[in-house]
Amino acid sequence: MTTNHTTPAPFLPIPAPAARIGTAAGATLALIGTFLAWTWTDQFPGDLTVTGYPGGLQVLTLISAALTLLLALSGYGIRGLRWLTPGGTNSPVRLLALGTLGTTGYTIGAIAYDLGGIVNLEPGAWVSGIGALIAALTALGLPGDQPHTDTRATAWQRFRNSLGAPQAPRPKALPSWAEILIIVAAFGIGLYVFAYGIDTDYTELFIGFLITTGFAFTALHRAGLVSRLTALTTKHRNITLAAALVAAVCFPFTQQKEEYALIGANILIFGTVALGLNVVVGLAGLLDLGYVAFLGVGAYAAALVSGSTMSAIGVEFPFWAAVLTGAGASLVFGVLIGAPTLRLRGDYLAIVTLGFGEIFRLTVNNLNGNSGPDLTNGSQGIPSIPDLNFFGFDFGLKHNILGFDLGRSANYYLLMLVFTAVVVLVFRRSGESRIGRAWVAIREDETAATAMGINAFRLKLLAFALGATLAGLAGTVQAHVNYTVTPEQYQFAGSVPPNSAFLLAAVILGGMGTLSGPLVGAALLYLIPAKLQFMQDYQLFLFGIALILLMRVRPEGLVADRRKQLEFHENDQPDVPEPRQSEETGAGIAKAGA
Amino acid sequence: MNTMTTTKTPTTVLDANGVTMRFGGLTAVRDVDLTVNTGEIVGLIGPNGAGKTTFFNCLTGLYVPTEGKVSYKGTVLPPKPHLVTQAGIARTFQNIRLFANMSVLENVLVGRHTRTKEGLWSALLRLPGFTKAENASRERAMELLEFIGLADKADHLARNLPYGDQRKLEIARALASDPGLLLLDEPTAGMNPQETRVTEELIFAIRDQGIAVLVIEHDMRFIFNLCDRVAVLVQGEKLVEGTPDIVQSDERVVAAYLGTPFEGAPGAEEAAEVEAAEASTAKATAATDADSNTSTSTEEEDTR
Repeated sequence: MTTNHTTPAPFLPIPAPAARIGTAAGATLALIGTFLAWTWTDQFPGDLTVTGYPGGLQVLTLISAALTLLLALSGYGIRGLRWLTPGGTNSPVRLLALGTLGTTGYTIGAIAYDLGGIVNLEPGAWVSGIGALIAALTALGLPGDQPHTDTRATAWQRFRNSLGAPQAPRPKALPSWAEILIIVAAFGIGLYVFAYGIDTDYTELFIGFLITTGFAFTALHRAGLVSRLTALTTKHRNITLAAALVAAVCFPFTQQKEEYALIGANILIFGTVALGLNVVVGLAGLLDLGYVAFLGVGAYAAALVSGSTMSAIGVEFPFWAAVLTGAGASLVFGVLIGAPTLRLRGDYLAIVTLGFGEIFRLTVNNLNGNSGPDLTNGSQGIPSIPDLNFFGFDFGLKHNILGFDLGRSANYYLLMLVFTAVVVLVFRRSGESRIGRAWVAIREDETAATAMGINAFRLKLLAFALGATLAGLAGTVQAHVNYTVTPEQYQFAGSVPPNSAFLLAAVILGGMGTLSGPLVGAALLYLIPAKLQFMQDYQLFLFGIALILLMRVRPEGLVADRRKQLEFHENDQPDVPEPRQSEETGAGIAKAGA
Repeated sequence: MNTMTTTKTPTTVLDANGVTMRFGGLTAVRDVDLTVNTGEIVGLIGPNGAGKTTFFNCLTGLYVPTEGKVSYKGTVLPPKPHLVTQAGIARTFQNIRLFANMSVLENVLVGRHTRTKEGLWSALLRLPGFTKAENASRERAMELLEFIGLADKADHLARNLPYGDQRKLEIARALASDPGLLLLDEPTAGMNPQETRVTEELIFAIRDQGIAVLVIEHDMRFIFNLCDRVAVLVQGEKLVEGTPDIVQSDERVVAAYLGTPFEGAPGAEEAAEVEAAEASTAKATAATDADSNTSTSTEEEDTR
């Protein structure tokens, strides 16, 4: 870069050294404040009355302030801290300072609201609050990381620009053991954060958690750490998958409460089905709005052969046979529904699949003995599905493993994890094969794909059937986890997440065509409504707003496929792929999954 | 491979017999016969709307011809694009149709689809044949990219390639299916003279590999340099077919492109007449304008 290299003007006109000192001092002050009492009574959840030991929401302020301080010090170029900010230096500090202010401000507001007035605040809250305010204001005076594109920008545009940061330069090569350690550590931290989020006992703490993690994650992204980690995970894909699996296995051991382990199990079911849908939507580009019906087919098939007393077929299959039955039934339905509908393209396909999804629900509703043959017990569904029992290991009972108590939900969580791993493997392997390339080609240009010798109809049917089978697999476990299957679980849009609208949202929110995207999307879409009970009534409304915002700000989804990222941000990111490694011919090729 | 061109025992690769394509009342292609032999480059020219691309679509199964049949090396082709490609006919498109969001290498790998057999189970279970087939495909794809000179851009997204490279990549993708006949639909459209010359070299090189080429083009210098034989399509009918010399000197071809300046004027006097007409330009342009207006009414595009 030989262009004139002037430091971009800060958002607030404060001299840079003063701003830096102010930020560090404010963050320190906020940090100290968390060790003091914030309120006089333990009426406010989390007990913020103890001096010398932060608790509840104070911990979040503590972590946020500590990170702010750390990155602010990194801005001084202190040796040993510079690796924290390979990308932007000042914008992450700004974001973290704002996050600290957000968390602290929210806590103060919540205390004042819950207990009736700001008189209930103790000095500690004021110390932290003022510290966070100083940090946030002075952080806005730090110079920007990227130049202004427009000199006549409005205040809002300048503010947004000051939060942006340039891409991190390519990192120095580390020894591979160090890279692997970094990946493992990242998954450890990820597991801890996720477990902490699920473990939040009261709404205030969860909202504080969302504010803190939201700002902190964005800050780390701006600092360039996220992209470095992504580069490492793409390099060591198998190790990443293994680390992710280990982290996922560890999860139930961190959860003491049954209901939180159940959230984990449901997230896994939701995520697995979303990943199955990703084969259909993300890879082959077939917009399927009735996908949840295949989950229903699997669940009903498993319920019918589960030995439930209410099942119309009084048989009890062993679980492996039930799984095959469920997956097989979904496969058959997938082919039956796919064969006539896949001749349509685009919007027409979406409408027809939407119709078939509803037909499934209505049919199941009517097979009750009155308006049709008695098979599914109508709207009552099939209740009292017995717990699984593997060689004397009863899934319904609590087991003590390595000194940890694993309850019913934890058992099913681990079982479901096996299925998730299978689906992850199927997604990855099919996506990277000749078949997966043909799917992507069909998604890109069906006519050109057929002219390249691809039998488009057959491959679309294959994607549809494979997706259906994967959903059926998940359905067999879901039937056992929920004790009961009812038609209302499998509608297009409802308040309980695994339904077609939410599945599609998880795929789009997470990132179409990627491996981790739908899992992340499913976790967010399940966790947030499950933890915020008060917004259950407005769930669909808020969900719609969130989707609109996401499409405006990040249309490629949270986890971007490299292709999608380029597609939506063509102008600001020229495509400079990594230089090809000459010795390993196939290693540098872009993959369907991320 | 080069032996095929030297032995010169022309066997028919493509035999289109009485191909007719009607869209409702409009006959876009009427009773066209065309043969292409091994080691031959055949050109297909004609004014806009003459039905060239429609004829191509009939050959490759994108359209089902209303009448007539197309056979490849003696077997009649089923009107299904993927079966035609599998039989050994590959094509490019007039308006570039790459898989824009796939990498350059992946585009070529998609072209290998018909020549590989590894199915879903093989991919899921990573059967022993899978890695072998995959590596062989990649090797062949890289070979092709080297052949057209895009090997160093293998990881770029197809959409980010410059226009000329996109055209080349389309050819590489078509070649990936190991065709016996390559159909090129206006391969030099929008290219500068230098790029056109490079493409010309490329097509000769493809021919030298023993692949017959059928090419649609508007650039007359390009087509007459390149082709062993040229067929002229006018208003859906084949007007002339022969060596470039014959076609170039055929007055009906000139008339089809430029219009007949004076009706009933003897062919021998035509040149003199045209020269005379150049003096009164206004009259001549009026005549050609009127003629070209009638022919553009049947604008052809692959509408699928």
